[in-house]
Amino acid sequence: MKFETVIGLEVHAQLSTLSKMFCGCSIRFGAAPNSQTCPVCLGMPGVLPVTNRTAVEYAVRMGLAVHCDIQPHSVFARKNYFYPDLPKGYQISQYEEPICLGGWIDVEPEPGEKRKIRIHRIHLEEDAGKSVHDEAYISGNETLIDLNRCGTPLIEIVSEPDIRSPKEAYLYLHKIRQMVRWLGICDGNMEEGSLRCDANISLRPVGTTDLGVKTELKNMNSMRGVEKALTFEVKRQTEILSEGGAVIQQTLLWDEAAGKAVPMRGKEEAHDYRYFPDPDLTPLIVEEAWVREVGESLPELPDDRKNRWTADYGLSDYDASVLNEDRGISDYFEDVVRETDNPKTAANWIMGEVLRRLNEEKTGIENLKVRPGDISHLIRLVNEGTVSHSAAKTVFDHIAETGDTPDKAVEKLGLKQVSNASELGDLVQKVIDDNPDALKKYLGGKDALFGFFVGQAMQASRGKANPKVVQDLLREKLNALRQSES
Amino acid sequence: MGDSALEKARLVDKKIAGGKAGKLAGMIVAVKDILAIRDVRTTCGSKILETFHSPYSATVVERLEKEDALIVGKTNMDEFGMGSSNENSAFGPVKNPFDPERIPGGSSGGSAAAVASECAMTALGSDTGGSVRQPAAHCGVLGLRPTYGRVSRYGLIAFASSLDQVGIFSQNAEDCASVLEAISGFDERDSTSVNCEVPSFSSDLGMDVRGLRVGLPSEYFQSGLQADIQVKINELCEMLEQNGASIQKISLPLTDYGIAAYYLICTAEASSNLARFDGVRYGSRIDTKEDLKHMYCETRSRGFGEEVKRRIMLGTYVLSAGYYDAYYRKAQKVRTLIRKEYDEAFGRCDMILGPTTPTTAFRLGEKINDPMEMYLSDIYTVTAPLAGLPAISIPAGKDTNGMPIGIQLTAPAFQEGLLLKLTEYIQLHMESHDL
Repeated sequence: MKFETVIGLEVHAQLSTLSKMFCGCSIRFGAAPNSQTCPVCLGMPGVLPVTNRTAVEYAVRMGLAVHCDIQPHSVFARKNYFYPDLPKGYQISQYEEPICLGGWIDVEPEPGEKRKIRIHRIHLEEDAGKSVHDEAYISGNETLIDLNRCGTPLIEIVSEPDIRSPKEAYLYLHKIRQMVRWLGICDGNMEEGSLRCDANISLRPVGTTDLGVKTELKNMNSMRGVEKALTFEVKRQTEILSEGGAVIQQTLLWDEAAGKAVPMRGKEEAHDYRYFPDPDLTPLIVEEAWVREVGESLPELPDDRKNRWTADYGLSDYDASVLNEDRGISDYFEDVVRETDNPKTAANWIMGEVLRRLNEEKTGIENLKVRPGDISHLIRLVNEGTVSHSAAKTVFDHIAETGDTPDKAVEKLGLKQVSNASELGDLVQKVIDDNPDALKKYLGGKDALFGFFVGQAMQASRGKANPKVVQDLLREKLNALRQSES
Repeated sequence: MGDSALEKARLVDKKIAGGKAGKLAGMIVAVKDILAIRDVRTTCGSKILETFHSPYSATVVERLEKEDALIVGKTNMDEFGMGSSNENSAFGPVKNPFDPERIPGGSSGGSAAAVASECAMTALGSDTGGSVRQPAAHCGVLGLRPTYGRVSRYGLIAFASSLDQVGIFSQNAEDCASVLEAISGFDERDSTSVNCEVPSFSSDLGMDVRGLRVGLPSEYFQSGLQADIQVKINELCEMLEQNGASIQKISLPLTDYGIAAYYLICTAEASSNLARFDGVRYGSRIDTKEDLKHMYCETRSRGFGEEVKRRIMLGTYVLSAGYYDAYYRKAQKVRTLIRKEYDEAFGRCDMILGPTTPTTAFRLGEKINDPMEMYLSDIYTVTAPLAGLPAISIPAGKDTNGMPIGIQLTAPAFQEGLLLKLTEYIQLHMESHDL
């Protein structure tokens, strides 16, 4: 029997607000344990939560970006459970009435094959603190609690069970990460836990519509980890079902090092969270006018921009995707294109020199000293024949190091292209004179050696010679020699 | 707190001499131990917080201090506000100043007794289902529960968040008005506090009852009401009518469902609110050195008293999967209906009058082993909180045993001013009528 894979993802994104979801404490990463706490997030007796408006705005941004219906009325609820890193004994979340409903994200598992993954809901909640066991300063059976993270605003994005393969799950997650970064609402770092993903997965015979028994996968710390864990689980469930067995509904923890998922201890599963509306918070009312305002302030979204680039600029799908992966680079490209009428050349510059440089320096586009105006200027210098293409790359690196303007860099490096025929005539003549063997073979009919002479001449000029002029001169001189031979 | 109060008193004396004193200068206030005061022990009447010192002060405490009130001490209470007799304190019961064999009412019994015995001029309490009005009635003082949202709950240790409200005990309407004026108003730290103007309650006192429509719900006067209380209410109504008010017979048929809805909602919220007392961060911890679960169980089993545990278990049950709809959701529906019923009633009258309690103060130990009987003594006080309405208990003479009788007035939301005016009127006129 053939099986179809059915996957749904629950993605948690920590919102990059300045303060926590329900109090004024900072959420800066890496501060000394428990230094970013106050009576409210410590759950002291008598304190009350106050909703962070920016967090609500971020949730609305995400909701709008993935086509959700923003709910004018939503309700915070308490999810009750005991754990030492949960100071109040409940987490404030949204349950029956979340802030966003519906929506979708398109993924492209194969070029040209578009799949719509529906989003069930997005809701706001607060993060718990951290239990720390494995630091050197902690003795064997102790656990210490760090409540800095406690109260950090989160959105949970819950998909419908529309994902049909681990690869689609990866692509969906990739899209979500791109989107939260694009919107500036989360840094999307899975390793640090600012983006987290749990997966529900089940199989069913191809052609049927009922959902099979699912398992829940947790503890994946990277996007590839999610794909690998799901691949593992597809295989495991397929084996069970193929042998006529039954999948047990349970939670599995992904062990990245061992490359397998192991069941979580059964006891922790029988939770009844006893959700009920949080009486400390009034319903969250989101005004329509405000939603419109937030919608108008959204940047052009990645897919829209990509489509515009392929249509208007003639970029290939692949190039457009590479350039559009990161908002900073995408905007950079847009800035370059605004000042040049050659988007394809601009694209090549960014995918070549700019990305290489960022990669080498392991830095972000905002730290690059070469500004978009410099790139468009360089393109113009090459087009006008002021510098050669290869010299322009040297100029690029110089700007990246010094922050000089392109004109100043060209001058400093002495890379202004030589196009003067009389000046280059002597150089070309010298190349011919210095290579008698090659000349003999060329005159004997080995046309391919023309390129050799061009290369030698360019080298002799240290890249400054205008290759077009060099080629013209060489062709003229070599043809004259051939004719005099015959 | 005595020393710091004396120090503060000297300071306030200087301020008075310099003409710069706050509106409550010279007002001696006792504060129920459910309100947080910075660096002061705040126990909530519970063993689990026996040694807890709050790192911050409640908004109402800050507001009292700002107006130069003198907070002279914390008052005993039923643990976490759960009780109607003040026998549920981990630190022993409070006794009624009129008869130490009898209960003072609860849960703010300490605050009521402090004002009745003139240890303080006014006191703060908290009222979830009657915890201010019922002890006020039993101790012969005024007890006001303001509209939900009128006074900030920040720093009021939560029992049932949707019902809790800080209340005031006093001997007279004027003191009550002054304190209410000081502690009322929007607080950005409490999302449920209401952003509306605070009238100057104290200068607005004084009224004529001519034309006032007073509603008398027939359901409040059925079996179970102590005869002398009925008599006092009749006398009071006569007096009001003689002076030009009209007494309207009204009906509040959902009164009977009040206790059930109230005890489902308040226990549900309590089961969640009290989860933070887990021995991890503050308060008592009883660690058997086994595992986390044992630490939780021991800490909470030994740290909480019987009534608190009963309510946590009941509340946990009503929120559980499979029972939520039948209990919690249904109770919320009843609550909505009770609110509507009041809205309709206030179309026919300006204020509702009735008994605060079915009986005067009973004896210590009389009902402690019968929780249902104890819960039923809240029958007249639980519906106003369910509807979020302000209500006040006014002393109205004594019964044949010499125990104080309380009469309750309930007003539409944010009409505390009207309650206080009529309270002042009744207090003045009852004396002349020798009620």
